[in-house]
Amino acid sequence: MSEQALVEIRDVNFSYDRRPVLNGINMSFGKGKVIAVMGGSGCGKTTLFRLIGGALRPTRGEVRIDGKVIHELDDKGLYEMRRKMGVLFQFGALFTDMSVFDNVAFQMREHTDLPEEIIHDLVMMKLHAVGLRGTHQLMPAELSGGMARRVALARTIALDPMLILYDEPFAGLDPISLSVVGQLIRKLNDALGTTSVVVTHDVQESLKIVDYVYFISDGVIRAEGTPDEIRASSDPFVHQFVHGEMDGPLPFHYPTAATYEQDMGVNN
Amino acid sequence: MPLIKSVQGVGHRVVDSIWRLGVAARFLSMTLLQSGMSFRRFHLIVKEMFSSGVMSLIIIGVAGLFVGMVLGLQGFETLKRYGSESALGSLVALSLVRELGPVLAALLFASRAGSAMTAEIGLMKATEQISAMEMMAVSPIARVVAPRFWAGVISMPLLAALFSAMGVFGGYVVGVVMIGVDEGSFWSQMQASVDFRDDIINGVIKSFVFGVAVTVIALFEGFDAPPTAEGVSGATTRTVVESSLAILMLDFILTAFMFRGV
Repeated sequence: MSEQALVEIRDVNFSYDRRPVLNGINMSFGKGKVIAVMGGSGCGKTTLFRLIGGALRPTRGEVRIDGKVIHELDDKGLYEMRRKMGVLFQFGALFTDMSVFDNVAFQMREHTDLPEEIIHDLVMMKLHAVGLRGTHQLMPAELSGGMARRVALARTIALDPMLILYDEPFAGLDPISLSVVGQLIRKLNDALGTTSVVVTHDVQESLKIVDYVYFISDGVIRAEGTPDEIRASSDPFVHQFVHGEMDGPLPFHYPTAATYEQDMGVNN
Repeated sequence: MPLIKSVQGVGHRVVDSIWRLGVAARFLSMTLLQSGMSFRRFHLIVKEMFSSGVMSLIIIGVAGLFVGMVLGLQGFETLKRYGSESALGSLVALSLVRELGPVLAALLFASRAGSAMTAEIGLMKATEQISAMEMMAVSPIARVVAPRFWAGVISMPLLAALFSAMGVFGGYVVGVVMIGVDEGSFWSQMQASVDFRDDIINGVIKSFVFGVAVTVIALFEGFDAPPTAEGVSGATTRTVVESSLAILMLDFILTAFMFRGV
C-alpha cells in the first residue's frame, strides 16, 4: 500500500496446535499511516497483533518491522525492537499499584537515565496531550473506562514509538469517550509521525480515522482498501460487516450437521 | 478397564507434578538470575517488604503472643508434675525458637502474604499488566517477581523472630505474672538452655528456607495461573495448600539434620 513500509507481513500462517488461525496473510503498513485490521470475534485479529509484537512465532512466513524479521530476533533484539513500539491493550492494562503519573513514567524510568525533573515534565506533556494532566495523582481504580484508556494511551506514547499497536481500543467505551479516543489515535499518530495499527471490530469509528483497512475472516484477508472503497464495496462480506447485518457470509446459525427438524425430533 | 484408567490417571498426575516442579525450578533460576535490578533499585524490595512483611506484623504478633500463652499454661501443668516449674522459661523459649516460631510464622505468612502475592500476580496476568510489561521491553520476572521474592525471603526470618519474641512474652505473662513462677528462674533457665548457634541460628536458617519455599510457590502459582477468575482463585488455594505441606515437610528434613544429638 505504500513504498515506505514500516511493517511487512509476508505469507504468514499460524496455527494453535493443529487448528489453523491465519492462512497466507500478506499486509503492508506504510510509515505515518493509521491502518485498521477488522474482523469478527475469533477471526485471528489478536493473533496477528501478537505476531507483530513478537509474542508469537508464525508457523510459516515472516513479519518484518523496520527491515528486521521479528521472529528471528533473540531476546535482546526483541526487547530492543519493543522499545520502539507502543502497545495499547484492550482495557488499558494500567499497573494498578501505581498512580497515573507513575504509569506514564514507567518506561522512562525503566529505559532511560533521565532525571526526575525531566520525567515530570515529559509525563505532564503526555498527559496534557490526552487531556488528563489533572489526573496525575489518581490511582487507576479512580478513573473511568474512557479515562483509563486515555492514560494508557499517554503511557503508550511515553517514548515516542515508531509503531503503535492498538488492541480493541474502542471496546466498552461510551460514545463520547469512543470518539475522543478515536480522534486522539489519529492526532497523536500525525503529531508523532508514527505508524498505528488498530485491531478492532468497531467499523464506524475506525473508518473515520484510518487510512487503510484490512478485513480478516476465517484466517484470510477477505477485503482491503481505503475507507471510501470499503464503504462503497459490493463484497457481501464487507457489506454485512459494515452494515452489521445479522445473516450473510458470516452465518447467524452455528454450522451443524443435523437439521432443525432432526434436532427437534420431528419426523418428515 | 477401570483399574487401568485409575493407574493411567495416577500416572498422568505424577508426570504432571514432576513437570510442574521442573518449571517451578526453572522459574526460581530465572528469578535468581534476574535479581540484579532488585538490588540496584532496593526501594522496589522495600516497597514489597511493606506489603508482605509489615502488613503481616499484627497477625504474626498476636498469634505469637497466644501461642506463647498456651505454651506457658500447658508447660506449667506438665512441669509441675515433676517439680520443674522453674524450667518453664526453657521450655517456652526452646519450643518457640526451634520449631513453633519458624513453622507457625511461615504458615501464617503463606496464608496472608503468600496468597496475596499469588492473587496480585494472577490478577496482573488476567488484566494484561504482565503482557503490557513484556511489550514495553521490561522483564516481568525482573520487575515484578524478583523484588517480591527477596522481600519475602528477607521478611520471613524477621517475622519468625517477632513470633518467637511475642511467644516468650506470652509465656512470661502466663507463667510469671499470672501463675507465679519465679521470675529469676524463668529468665535464667531460658538464658542457660538456649544456645545461640544450635537453637537461634538453626531457627533462623529454617525460617529463611521456609521463606524461599513459600515465596517461590506463591509467585510461581500467580505467574502460572490461568487468566480467569476461577484460575486465580484456584492458584491462591494451591499456594496455601502447597506452601503448608512444603513447610511441614522441610521442617522435618531440616530438624533431622540440625538437631541430631543436640
